[in-house]
Amino acid sequence: MEILHNDIVLLALTFGTYFAARQCQKKTGWVIMNPILLTIALLILFLKVAGISYETYHKAGSYIDFWLKPAIVALGVPLYQNLSQIRKQFLPIFLSQLVGCVAGVVSVVLIAQALGASREVILSLAPKSVTTPIAMEVCQSMGGIPSLTAAIVVLVGLFGAVFGFKILEVWHVRNPYSQGLSLGTASHAVGTSRAMEKGQHYGAYASLGLILNGVLTALLTPFILKLII
Amino acid sequence: MVRQCFIIFGCLALGELIVWLTGTSIPGSIIGMLLLTAFLQMKVVKLEWIKGMTDFLISNLGFFFVPPGVALMLYLDVIQAELLPITVATVGSTIVVLIVTGWTHQIFKKK
Repeated sequence: MEILHNDIVLLALTFGTYFAARQCQKKTGWVIMNPILLTIALLILFLKVAGISYETYHKAGSYIDFWLKPAIVALGVPLYQNLSQIRKQFLPIFLSQLVGCVAGVVSVVLIAQALGASREVILSLAPKSVTTPIAMEVCQSMGGIPSLTAAIVVLVGLFGAVFGFKILEVWHVRNPYSQGLSLGTASHAVGTSRAMEKGQHYGAYASLGLILNGVLTALLTPFILKLII
Repeated sequence: MVRQCFIIFGCLALGELIVWLTGTSIPGSIIGMLLLTAFLQMKVVKLEWIKGMTDFLISNLGFFFVPPGVALMLYLDVIQAELLPITVATVGSTIVVLIVTGWTHQIFKKK
């Protein structure tokens, strides 16, 4: 079955699986049928069964994740469109980011420590809320396992995208801007893409959360970890 | 099409250049995003020049995370070995961040 190792075949399979997963969600309307989550699970299952290594898949996959960086640049557009609104709200935004950043790093480390996680895993979990490149960079500089961080980051993003709005509703966070901001802060670009589906102003605040928490996490995590580990 | 790509990749390249020059730990893509916002604000770049491409990229943002997600298959054993701390800590902490950020913003936001 050499043909299955071909880049183009694997790319076609990835597009096809995602398309089918999206149709599935449209049909059922279940949030848990998140197309990203479903596609990842099906592809892993397929690669395991067909005996294809991650390295082989990655050669094809890199054509897709190459577009992550330009897509993050593109988030500058909703940010620009909401700039005047954001300027007026600068203090509440900055304060909530600061609190969110510290709460994210401290809570994940304390919970993992209490449940007996190894030091390497704790360091890999610490920057989990922010976008992959920042998270991997922070993890690397702290001595964690960067690719484990990358995987955890995607899981966190999916959790936020699938359950984020529900959780915020239950906890009485009803303001659309606060909701968007929280989603971007807690679950980076995956949460932002979910917020973007809900509406452009949710998305703009989510991009803001993604940026500010990313920058704060890059700057503050080393100090926070020194204090609590 | 060419102009759209030039502007977006140009911002990204400038971002990477700044990272290379300053050695900052902030990724080039985030700096590129801020540069694009600044160029739009300064009217150096017009929104209609890039709208097609940015709409395409943003609406498919989630899809671009599929390959990094598939990398999970490399860590199934690590995750299995420490399944409880990893899942409880990530899920618990994500809920904490969502609520704490949302509340702080709601309390301090101007009416």
